[in-house]
Amino acid sequence: MSSVLYDAQGPRAKRRNAVFTVVFLLALAALLWWVFSTLNDKGQLEWALWKPFFTGTEAWTTYIWPGLQNTLKAAVLAVIIALPLGAVLGIARLSDHAWVRVPAGIVVEFFRAIPVLVLMIFGLALFAEYTNVSSDDRPLYAVVTGLVLYNASVLAEIVRAGILSLPKGQSEAAMAIGLRKNQLMRLVLLPQAVTAMLPAIVSQLVVIVKDTALGGAVLTFPELLASANTMSGYYGANVIASFTVVAVLFIALNFALTSFASWLEARLRRSKRSTGAVLGVEDVDDINAAEVGGPHKTDGV
Amino acid sequence: MKLRKVTAASATVLALALTATACGGDDGDGGSSSGGGKDKITIGIKFDQPGLGQKTPQGYAGFDVDVATYVAKKLGYEEDQIEWKESKSADRETMLQRGDVDFIAATYSITPERQEKVDFAGPYLLAHQDVLLRADDDKIKSPEDLNDAKLCSVTGSTSAQNIKEKLAPKAQLQPYPTYSACLPGLQNGAVDALTTDDSILAGYAAQEQFKGKFKLGGFKLTNENYGIGVKKGSDLKDKINKALEEMVSDGSWETAVKENFGPANYKNEPAPKIGDIKS
Amino acid sequence: MFDFLEDYDLLGAFWTTVQLAVLSAVGSLIWGTLLAAMRVGPVPLMRGFGTAYVNIVRNIPLTVIILFTSLGLNQTLGVSLGADDFESINFRLAVLGLILYTSAFVCEALRSGINTVPVGQAEAARALGLNFNQVLGLVVLPQAFRSSVGPLANVLIALIKNTTVAAAIGVAEAALLMKEMIENEAQLLLISAVIAFGFVVLTLPTGLFLGWVGKKVAVKR
Repeated sequence: MSSVLYDAQGPRAKRRNAVFTVVFLLALAALLWWVFSTLNDKGQLEWALWKPFFTGTEAWTTYIWPGLQNTLKAAVLAVIIALPLGAVLGIARLSDHAWVRVPAGIVVEFFRAIPVLVLMIFGLALFAEYTNVSSDDRPLYAVVTGLVLYNASVLAEIVRAGILSLPKGQSEAAMAIGLRKNQLMRLVLLPQAVTAMLPAIVSQLVVIVKDTALGGAVLTFPELLASANTMSGYYGANVIASFTVVAVLFIALNFALTSFASWLEARLRRSKRSTGAVLGVEDVDDINAAEVGGPHKTDGV
Repeated sequence: MKLRKVTAASATVLALALTATACGGDDGDGGSSSGGGKDKITIGIKFDQPGLGQKTPQGYAGFDVDVATYVAKKLGYEEDQIEWKESKSADRETMLQRGDVDFIAATYSITPERQEKVDFAGPYLLAHQDVLLRADDDKIKSPEDLNDAKLCSVTGSTSAQNIKEKLAPKAQLQPYPTYSACLPGLQNGAVDALTTDDSILAGYAAQEQFKGKFKLGGFKLTNENYGIGVKKGSDLKDKINKALEEMVSDGSWETAVKENFGPANYKNEPAPKIGDIKS
Repeated sequence: MFDFLEDYDLLGAFWTTVQLAVLSAVGSLIWGTLLAAMRVGPVPLMRGFGTAYVNIVRNIPLTVIILFTSLGLNQTLGVSLGADDFESINFRLAVLGLILYTSAFVCEALRSGINTVPVGQAEAARALGLNFNQVLGLVVLPQAFRSSVGPLANVLIALIKNTTVAAAIGVAEAALLMKEMIENEAQLLLISAVIAFGFVVLTLPTGLFLGWVGKKVAVKR
């Protein structure tokens, strides 16, 4: 780790660190003990409440799996629709013509400034009032609409950053051999940018999966989080147990996605054939709010 | 070459995920949604209210479900010809108007406003807004005591609005997406009472884990006449009314009440006469 | 056309949004800095805790965290954070949930800021005989904060938008009011435009201002 920040430990430092370790461990243990004993007092740890998840598969097949499917469905649909939109917006922002660049910029900045939940609530009312999408599908449509509007803008920034991350020599060489602007973008920059962007797109999926839960809590979209509600109705209001299981599933799913993204990133960085330009996992956090600060410096402390 | 492989692999993963969810999405609702032919009947119920309409691993269970199944049978549909759909409170009128369902039995109170939009058969049950209390709690003895109590109900429900507007305007109200979310708080004393229709409350109190822990207040705060909603002008209304009458006269109604609300010490009102709506 | 808006406490709702954002921002800056210090510090247990905390929290939906503060902490464990009516309990719980979530991102922003500080700075500080707390507190963090203004501004903007999640436990902020207004009034586009405008007013100037601050305080290297 960042051992530059402290010296090799002598006997006194070692003793001090040992004291810190013990104190911290005690504090953590006290907190955990308090949580467990209170839960136990309140009868929330009774086996009957947790049993459905560990014995038999009916809780999983009846409630959790259909919910998880809806979560994945919304997330995948949102990415697939948002990607081409984002690519168009991102390229438009790099245009030489102000009449293309400026409106694209306004659209992107506008939708990044508005909370996804507001976009979803808007979508739900929009489909109810102006279309004849059935009430079964309306929450899915609303959730996907909200996610697409927001993530198209984020992906636009990822595309833009991906193209900008390519070495300048690429476009200079392409222009030198006489390619037109459109050919330069289509044949040289985009194909390389797409590979550079892959890890960033996968980590954006984590953000999308997390946002689908809003649909469950506020819009009656029957996704993973909402399945905890139906489930706890049947299993004697085991609300704590149901929500814990659902939270663990979210963590596992997103952790898998994050690890996949980091693996992709590492692989792309190592690859000899690429230009070495990679848009990493950490860049996504930045893009989700405002301007991209350029590639991360990792040569510091 | 390596990069190509990665791209291809992720595309495959994406495609697989898509097909998996697409297939699952279809059979998740328990049957094909091909509306053609009249060999199926679609009925709207609640999915998350034990005792009335609850999705269980064995299918659907509750009083509304029993009534709907009986009615469907009289209309000429066996159990396996019924397609159940979840009809959330806010969606019920639209679902009927658009023809998403043939009829709805989902704790659906007959009110003048709703009657402007849809027709009702029944009523088949007279319920009252009530409160569910901890069995050992004597603080709330009359409806007036609710004004300094902490109540829990479902966001946007009629019961929540009733409390805020007329029954106990000074009470504190914690809204949650479902009634089951209110129960831990009620158990642990974070809220004093859960308020909604006594039939729904009885369904919760009747669950195995809660025997002896909760009691109904028995306040009869409002009259809720549960009806079966059909599309405005539908000829189903008379047929359903006839079926409901038969259900009461052959004793199936009584059996269904005992089975679903029995253990909760819930004193149900006698079977209402068709068309007799108490306000 | 805007008449119906007078029936609703629009300013009050946005004021709640601002309060949620400001209180959570202060809280998560403090807790996030502590987490970052743990993650780069010499005690292995704290390092492990910091890493685990960030990895877990970043992967849970904020909605789940906020619902947990209400259903778990308040309704089951009986924590009410010193308030006794639901309105203030839920508000405080929402702030707590936002702090727990946002601090993970603050920690990561600071860590990437720490990474931009040249190795020589810390080495020189150690050569002077400063201990870990002094190296971090007097030399590295002040520089790291200046170069993390950009990423931290992004976190703040995300936080302002995330306050809408408090609607899930019934905190009367802007998104909840929007839902209520849409249910009662047939003015969908107008209502949405007003709410969207409100958030643009909150987030855009914040981003522009902090972007300017970030450029001004950046350590020139």
